[in-house]
Amino acid sequence: MKGRITVLAVALLAVCMLLPAGLFAGETLDAVKKKGVVTVGVNGGLFGFGQPDETGEWKGLDVDTGRAIATAVFGDPTKVKFVPLTAVQRFTALQSGEIDVLCRNATRTLTRDTQLGLNFVTVNYYDGQAFMVAKKLGVKSAKELSGATVCVLPGTTTEQNAADFFRTNDMKWKPVVIEQTAELAKTFFAGRCDCLTSDASQLAGTRAVAPNPADYIILPEVISKEPLAPAVRHGDDQWRDIVDYAVLAMINAEELGITSANVDEMLKSGNPVIQRFLGVTEGNGAALGLDEKFAYNIVKQVGNYGEVFERNVGVNTPLGLERGLNALWTDGGLMYSPPFK
Amino acid sequence: MDQQTPTTPTEPQEKISFWHDPDRLAIFYQALALTIVVLVGYYLFSNTLTNLERQNIATGFGFFGKEAAFEIGESLISYSAADTYFRALAVGVLNTLKVAFAGIILTVILGTFVGIARLSSNWLVSRLAAVYTEVLQDIPVLLQLFFWYAIFYEVLPSPRQALNPVAGVFMSNRGLVVGVPETHPAHAWMLAAFAAGCLAVWLLRRWAVHRQEETGRIFPVFWSAVAILLVLPALAWVAGGAPTAMNVPELQGFNFEGGINISPEFSALLLGLVLYTAAFVAEIVRAGIQSVSHGQTEAAMSLGLRPGKVLQLVILPQALRVIIPPLTSQMLNLTKNSSLAVAIGYPDFVSVANTTINQTGQAIEGIALIMAVYLFFSLTTSVFMNWYNKKVKLVER
Repeated sequence: MKGRITVLAVALLAVCMLLPAGLFAGETLDAVKKKGVVTVGVNGGLFGFGQPDETGEWKGLDVDTGRAIATAVFGDPTKVKFVPLTAVQRFTALQSGEIDVLCRNATRTLTRDTQLGLNFVTVNYYDGQAFMVAKKLGVKSAKELSGATVCVLPGTTTEQNAADFFRTNDMKWKPVVIEQTAELAKTFFAGRCDCLTSDASQLAGTRAVAPNPADYIILPEVISKEPLAPAVRHGDDQWRDIVDYAVLAMINAEELGITSANVDEMLKSGNPVIQRFLGVTEGNGAALGLDEKFAYNIVKQVGNYGEVFERNVGVNTPLGLERGLNALWTDGGLMYSPPFK
Repeated sequence: MDQQTPTTPTEPQEKISFWHDPDRLAIFYQALALTIVVLVGYYLFSNTLTNLERQNIATGFGFFGKEAAFEIGESLISYSAADTYFRALAVGVLNTLKVAFAGIILTVILGTFVGIARLSSNWLVSRLAAVYTEVLQDIPVLLQLFFWYAIFYEVLPSPRQALNPVAGVFMSNRGLVVGVPETHPAHAWMLAAFAAGCLAVWLLRRWAVHRQEETGRIFPVFWSAVAILLVLPALAWVAGGAPTAMNVPELQGFNFEGGINISPEFSALLLGLVLYTAAFVAEIVRAGIQSVSHGQTEAAMSLGLRPGKVLQLVILPQALRVIIPPLTSQMLNLTKNSSLAVAIGYPDFVSVANTTINQTGQAIEGIALIMAVYLFFSLTTSVFMNWYNKKVKLVER
């Protein structure tokens, strides 16, 4: 792990040293087309967001977002390479150019948007940090956690939020910080910590793989705002637009009632908004430097946001998450797409 | 040089051209190489800065003074999330030093013991030592760390069911909690008395060596040293009012309060590093001892020395000059391997620096800092060991 971050930092240093200054705009798209795949940084160990299944096929909300981006560029969701990254490695991997886009439940914050040299695009999951404890501990509220030992992932906003929460409530605590998500979960389930803190969705994903999921509860307090969004490097606006509108296409499709099942019928729709969205009326694709059918391809081959959500993390999956903030704005959620025109 | 004739003073011959003068050419080439190195370095440095600036990545060490806002599990100095990054990094450095220091001492003791055991004439002892070295050398140290850590958190019970083998000692998956004496001014005096005892022992040893050389009479230095080191602090303790109050750990809420806590992460890391490195040290010690010719042992035996004395007076002084240089590199290995702590959650320097890198986004500065700190540790260890090596080097008579 440590070796990896060192390699990435050295790569970043090397890239910064050797790149002639002043390239860019369109550079990422050209490089991606030349490689023939979009390289996407994902979690690798988080059920429901980014993890390979038993057959080795990548599954998850972030993984499907990555596929949508590949579909936008190549019209083919398989032209994507997933790189599993820890929380500590992820931004360096993006800065150094090892990956083209980061879809790894990363929270958008001001410093990351500025000092880290990243740009976050549209949020693909609205989350918040919570605490999970063993039922037998008898704890009902996070305010009762004074003196607790808490398992935390390093290099995340989580570490800071937890420190802020305990400081604000004048409670003592002890963090146990382990870099690998899976190793951290194992440690927690073995009882090394009283409580595990992370984004609520991540806790649900971790609980789903517990030896006995019913033994654990997620406490009601949500102590932070965590807008999780894909991120790209500063400096290439065209690539940023492509990633942004690939995410938005999934949301817009759901708003327009277009699903992977009915998208072919919708091609015949007389609605000009749908015609423009699916590329029947041309213009959007050319503006982004993509195929006119990019949105059609995404919906057809990956699905709309609702489908992707229900398939990976929805109520019928082991995670069992409600749409909540992630419902469409018309249903009281925050998912909202600007017009595709 | 050998053609130089002392009779005629060397006279300046006819002027040699610049291209044929090896002295001047050498200077020229060196200056050229230096210029190229400096220019390339400058190019890389300035280009890095330009590119970092273009990507809007912040540079410099300005983050040192900012509030760290993250908590650290264990610390030798007081630390809270409200302290600066600089202090957080200092906590990390001290945690690394703690495990490296304890690790080196235990490794040398265990390694020497196993190395000597492997040469024992007792079949069982030597076989056991051989199995130990062969097995532990061959398993990657990271796996060993995972193994020991899992033992600590899987096998030990939760704090509410903590094992209590001796009064005031609790073992649970929160760590080993030990009761310690309540702080009292007498403790400072005891420490001072111990230091004074050490000085007295050193002087005593010098005197005893001197007397033995003069008169041949042997003074029981070892036992007098033990007596001095025990009696002096005990006297200080009695003089200070003989405080007996203990700070006994008590279960409060989730965890024990009071006493000192040795965390499972620290224990697992220390145990893993010591057992692994000691296997290498054992081989070094064995090689060192075997490098002393067997004739030396036989000669010593025929003088009537007992086996313990043979080892102490004849074999070890000669073996040490072979042992110390590779031993130094094992010490450096142990210190560097301690950075594997990230994998099992011990907040060492690399772990703290990683979090810092992530929160500030300044990977290049962070990694540079990590390299500088480890380089400093390694050089310091080397300097010390070289000094020690010189000191114990065989004085040939």
